[in-house]
Amino acid sequence: MAAMVQRLRTSVLTSPTGSAINLVGLLVVLVAIVASSQRIYHAGPTYFFQTLGFGLAQGAIFALVALGYTMVYGIIELINFAHGDVFTLGAFFSLSVMPLFGLTEGKISGAAVILPLLGLFVVTMLFCALVNVAIERVAYRPLRHAPRLAPLITAIGMSAFLEGVMFVWRGPFNLHYPDFLPEYQVPLGGDVTIAAKAVFVIVIALVLMVALTLFVNRSKLGKAMRATAQDRDAAQLMGIDINRTISATFFIGAALAGAGGIIYGLYYNSVFAFDGFQYGLIAFTAAVFGGIGNIPGAALGGFLIGVIAAISDGYFTVAWTRPLIFGILIFVLVFRPTGLLGMRVPEK
Amino acid sequence: MSRLRRFVRSSARNPNAIAYAVMLLLAISYPAMVQFATGGNGDYLVGLAADGGVYMLMAIGLNVVVGFAGLLDLGYAAFFAIGSYTYAIVASNHLGVTPLGHSLHIPFWIALFIGMFVAAGAGVLLGAPTLRLRGDYLAIVTLGFGEIVPIVFRNGGQWTGGVPGISALDVPTLPGWFQGPWIGQDFAWVPDFRFTSANLTAYYVLMMGLIVGSVFIVHNLYNSRLGRAWMAVREDETAAAASGVNTVTIKLLAFSIGAATSGFAGAFYGAKLSYVSSENFGFDVSVTVLAMVVLGGMGNIPGAMIGAAVLYFILFWLLPNAPTQVSSLATSIGLDALNKSTPNGWPGIAEEVARSKYLIFGAILVGIMLLRPQGLLPSQIRKQELKHTADTVLVSD
Repeated sequence: MAAMVQRLRTSVLTSPTGSAINLVGLLVVLVAIVASSQRIYHAGPTYFFQTLGFGLAQGAIFALVALGYTMVYGIIELINFAHGDVFTLGAFFSLSVMPLFGLTEGKISGAAVILPLLGLFVVTMLFCALVNVAIERVAYRPLRHAPRLAPLITAIGMSAFLEGVMFVWRGPFNLHYPDFLPEYQVPLGGDVTIAAKAVFVIVIALVLMVALTLFVNRSKLGKAMRATAQDRDAAQLMGIDINRTISATFFIGAALAGAGGIIYGLYYNSVFAFDGFQYGLIAFTAAVFGGIGNIPGAALGGFLIGVIAAISDGYFTVAWTRPLIFGILIFVLVFRPTGLLGMRVPEK
Repeated sequence: MSRLRRFVRSSARNPNAIAYAVMLLLAISYPAMVQFATGGNGDYLVGLAADGGVYMLMAIGLNVVVGFAGLLDLGYAAFFAIGSYTYAIVASNHLGVTPLGHSLHIPFWIALFIGMFVAAGAGVLLGAPTLRLRGDYLAIVTLGFGEIVPIVFRNGGQWTGGVPGISALDVPTLPGWFQGPWIGQDFAWVPDFRFTSANLTAYYVLMMGLIVGSVFIVHNLYNSRLGRAWMAVREDETAAAASGVNTVTIKLLAFSIGAATSGFAGAFYGAKLSYVSSENFGFDVSVTVLAMVVLGGMGNIPGAMIGAAVLYFILFWLLPNAPTQVSSLATSIGLDALNKSTPNGWPGIAEEVARSKYLIFGAILVGIMLLRPQGLLPSQIRKQELKHTADTVLVSD
């Protein structure tokens, strides 16, 4: 199978029609860049940096969610549709436990927010992680040797279930999420500014990503994860507890999604039970964009998708942003199936 | 006697024949049964079954893609949308309000096939560059396509009717039709018959005819050289290619046949509803049809049909009716207090049940998959293959 994929890949890349197709792809990308840079130039740098800040902030949230998709896909080749809803669950749960940390809108502000917010992050991430581990245990593990589509259907079922739980819990309303972040603009020289909110979101996301990368690259469990993703049977023969490793992957992925949920709430100040599904699809696109199964790729893909979406929203029309994003998804898969960072997912 | 025993034993081993027979009997007796049970007010239920037939048709088509050829299609509703919109554009006054300025009124029977071929063409266009990719990548591409198509129709402005969609589509017509007591009239032959919402039984019969025809075609395809090639590709693409199967063409055929069925179903759907809107073709439709196929038993035509019937019943009859049922139940057992909404957030039991729709649907999906991962009526050939691979799972998984 691997040889066959290799053969297909080389034939796509080197055959005469293949290179012609690639040329067309390159041309489309160039035209898109030229067209958008013209508009960006005419609208001036102030607007551009506002858009960029917004794009990077929403990209940071996409990236946090995309990491969970990519890790789970890398290890058990499952598109975990419930992941986007675990992300929303993070926002919902944090909204409910917020008063326990003394986080009430209007009563607390400034630097006093930092410590309770930290506690909120820890508790929410832990909660989401445990929920996701439970989902894996109940819905995916019993089906590991079932036909391949069976766990996919339970993933969709779990997604509907989680949405249903949140829908019944808080009703069909757009919930207001308290605003604790400072509103001021950080000056970057001249009249160019970037919102402090965006900086906050980006910094938190980056910290979490660096922690994740260190964990996966340095720790023993991270090594076990990489080994399991590469070859599950060989890893098992080396004495790695596969079930524990897979649980750990779900745990970490959901912790990041939970953090993403809080950040989403803090940044947009509004959340709805069904937000996560659409957001999850876009985050999944980001994971594919960066190269599915590839952790730095998911982060890069998330930021890029965020910026592209912001530019499309800001300089073109909002109505065409989603077709554009999913168009990029198809485009990437046709022209560069391995994603931007191009690492090949081992064939299993 | 021994012949009977042999028949029983062989059908126990292959329940498909029984499943077909039972489904045919049920389909024929359904309108009469419903009218009898509701005292002649069952038109709504007959129409509901005709709509369910649309999903059944889609499940049969998706079964070719997912079950036979093993290609995961997560954007199946896109072809459904394309079929519907094609029908809407060629069989209504809509083109008259576009810059074209001249409306088309192609008869239903031709427009049905135009919708089908346009959907199949879209399937080929999407499939040709992407079917070379691994299975999962195809799933992702189709997912993206399924997200794009409805938005394109919504953003299409005057060409596609924008957000409100296109309404007042032409209804199917036939040179003649029987009427009888099943619609509360005397036996008669109606010349120049027009299908209307007043005679939903006619739609039902038309739908069943389309399903029987599709099953016949797909069943024969499955037993043909092409069907064996699909299975070979599904089980081991490399081995299939080595045995002289042109894998890309074979996969493309499966993909476009699936798309064609979906487009066909879409055209019928548009004609019955006499209205199309981009809201009706979202990801949830693709997921529902996929769940029907997997639930029923992938790779088995009657399995997919049963899955479609069961899931359609749950989604479009059981769950929408649950709130009123629960509410009247609460009243009749003396818990009327549950029906009133209270200031602390309790919205009344009917609303609460209506809100738990997603929760129940998800739980059913997960529950059935856990109890019967191979589906309700699994394919016999596949079952043997799965049993075979289960022994060697340690090395091959």
